[in-house]
Amino acid sequence: MRFATDLPPQWHATVSVGGMMRTVLYALVPALLAHVWFYGAGILLNSGIALLAALATEAACLRLGGKPTAPDLFDGSALVTAVLFAFCLPPLCPWWVTVIGMVFGIGVAKHAYGGLGYNIFNPAMAGYVLVLVSFPEAMALWPAPDIGDLDYLRPDLAATLHYCLLGSLPDGLTIDAVARATTLDSAKEGLGLMRTMDEIRTRPGFGDFGGAGWEWVNNCIAIGGFVLLLRSVIRWHTPAAVLGGLLTMATLAWLLDPNTHPSPGFHLFSGGAMLGAFFIATDPVSSPTTARGRLIYGAGIGILTYVIRTFGSYADGVAFAVLLMNVTVPLLERWTRPRVYGRAG
Amino acid sequence: MTDPIAYDAQPRRPAWGVRTPLRKSLSTRQPILVAPPPPLVCISLAQCPGAAARATVAPGQRVLCGEPIGEPTGAGRPRFHASISGQVTHVEARLVAGLGAPVPCVVILGDGTDQRWPGYPPDPGADGRSSGDLQAGLAAAGLLGLGGALFPTAHKVHTATGAPVLLLNGTECEAYISCDDALLRERAASVVAGGRLLLAALGGQRCIIAVKTDMPQARVALYNALQACGDPRVVMSVVTAKYPAGGERQLIELVLGREVPAGGHPADVGVLCQNVATAAAAADFFLRGQPLISRLVTVSGGGVARPCNIEARIGTPVSDLMALAGGYQREPRRLIMGGPMMGVALPSDDLAITGATSCLIAATDADLGPAAEEMPCIRCGDCIEACPASLLPQELLVAARTVNAAELATLGVTECIECGACDYVCPSHIPLTRHFIRAKAALAST
Ligand code: SF4
Ligand code: SF4
Repeated sequence: MRFATDLPPQWHATVSVGGMMRTVLYALVPALLAHVWFYGAGILLNSGIALLAALATEAACLRLGGKPTAPDLFDGSALVTAVLFAFCLPPLCPWWVTVIGMVFGIGVAKHAYGGLGYNIFNPAMAGYVLVLVSFPEAMALWPAPDIGDLDYLRPDLAATLHYCLLGSLPDGLTIDAVARATTLDSAKEGLGLMRTMDEIRTRPGFGDFGGAGWEWVNNCIAIGGFVLLLRSVIRWHTPAAVLGGLLTMATLAWLLDPNTHPSPGFHLFSGGAMLGAFFIATDPVSSPTTARGRLIYGAGIGILTYVIRTFGSYADGVAFAVLLMNVTVPLLERWTRPRVYGRAG
Repeated sequence: MTDPIAYDAQPRRPAWGVRTPLRKSLSTRQPILVAPPPPLVCISLAQCPGAAARATVAPGQRVLCGEPIGEPTGAGRPRFHASISGQVTHVEARLVAGLGAPVPCVVILGDGTDQRWPGYPPDPGADGRSSGDLQAGLAAAGLLGLGGALFPTAHKVHTATGAPVLLLNGTECEAYISCDDALLRERAASVVAGGRLLLAALGGQRCIIAVKTDMPQARVALYNALQACGDPRVVMSVVTAKYPAGGERQLIELVLGREVPAGGHPADVGVLCQNVATAAAAADFFLRGQPLISRLVTVSGGGVARPCNIEARIGTPVSDLMALAGGYQREPRRLIMGGPMMGVALPSDDLAITGATSCLIAATDADLGPAAEEMPCIRCGDCIEACPASLLPQELLVAARTVNAAELATLGVTECIECGACDYVCPSHIPLTRHFIRAKAALAST
């Protein structure tokens, strides 16, 4: 009897890029639900727009590059980029902002560098930073979380859609009625006005550690992160180093003077720290491959996040920190090459 | 050490490696099946790497089972023996299992009597003989490393003479293969006796028999055999069931905590490695006068009706063994010799087995899993974690694709043991190992 042959190995673990991406998406579901619970359906709308823009850009780039579209288009990486990008956007966000971010993230940050596997910068962060510096006012519009705060109106789906499509709220609603600064913004602004953290924290919107509502989204993101760890999609090194770096800086400063420095818990549970640690910094393509490299890379993101939050002109620094550390990856990889087995030093 | 027989109470945990499905119990449900002498054998005279042996028989000549038919062409080369009694019909180049090109072979048509050649009398006092005598005996027996490398045992022992530790490898880390497990379960005494003989041949001080955590029956059998033997120099060590814990260098690292230098040999760290089956074959030769004419072969996979371990004569056609295991079922997709990681896919089942044939897998789609399309490397680093040689497979891949010889050497492609662990875990399904095998060959030829 005759048989077909192939070179070894003859079998393969049941893992695939698509499978990893699917797991990442499942892990984001709890956070998505929490987001919808506190902030309404805006994030779903933004995710959908981002996904359409991401797929269209990806298809166009693949076609321009003369590559087959089918396998690469549906490997799930564009979907993950789109959803992570949507997590960074405020729930009230004009559609063109979303589209511009994704066209830049996928088209320039990903495909101009050669497509999946070759990009230096995290596409979602590149897209987000572009819209953040281009449309700072649009990025600062967070609706109040639904936590029983009666001063603010919650925009319903119709209002969200109206804002998304036209860039303005329906008659009778003003921006001030539905949105306000994030807690990171409030803290930064308050500290700039020489208020103490205790005074600042009495303002509505602050929860136990970070922003009320947003804390819960962050808890869910952390749960998703643990799912990724358990399913071996990510390793512990990067998230531990990001959170460790941020916590170390925040704790030192806070111990020096708790009045002028937000608490470590506030840093951890505000803004993009959790998302950055578990879902952004762990993007395999734009982070180091070695264990030691990942520790340095993660610590760098954590420390830079703190530095930018504290001294920079933006309230949050995760996205900038990630992009800055992305640049160091080739260098980190060279430095942290493991010793080849059997070779001296 | 509380237990004199256990070298190391704690199973060693490797940081590298992969956990694969093992599927060993498929073939260990039945005792070893001793195959009757087959009607025809085709014995390769070039089983181990290097020059082939010179045939000392001619077509038409009658040979007895165990009679020498091929003499070594140089120092350290092995001798080959007829594995059945009968008449030589051909001395010619033929394809055998596991090799891509035809090699010199002796074909014997059996007479069914299985009459033994009387030239090797049993020697019950062998373990009192000198190391030189025993090494000469190993050479006469035509012993080859039965773990798969088929390196001539006499030569390997000779070059390591005086190494204090003899490490007997019974770890069998590849999936499906269970012939060493079966050997230890049923013939542990033989392994222990052979271990003592090899230790005497080596002039060493201690023999460590390494087994795996997932072989409980074999461990009990070995424990009992060690107790019965009572030689305090022979002990057992248990390592974690992870692939490729059974690689020579990897096992030395796990059992002894020693690192074999790159380009060096285990003897450089005072160790000689041999497979447990080789030890049993040494005992067969000295104590029963039987040279290397048979070996245990695992026949397994979803494509064969009754998976089992068969004691088969060297040179038996694969199809005979498949028939003994109940024949094919469910349309096997591949016929693999060896394990699914490092094994070769055979083009046909009419090839004859060699000493390297530890396992034959009739693999169905369910055994191997679906094939998937190759994607770009996403730099996940899983291959780095898996690599037992601490290499960076994803960087080696770039260097191999751009044929950058200097970078390949710096990154250590020569230390790649071609285990396939990196391939196995790669989510992008990149065939890394074959790139490295090719790159190593290219580097070696320049
Ligand atoms: S095949 Fe080579 S590179 Fe891949 S894991 Fe094995 S030793 Fe490492
Ligand atoms: S496992 Fe595959 S995808 Fe991951 S780094 Fe290695 S080669 Fe790249």
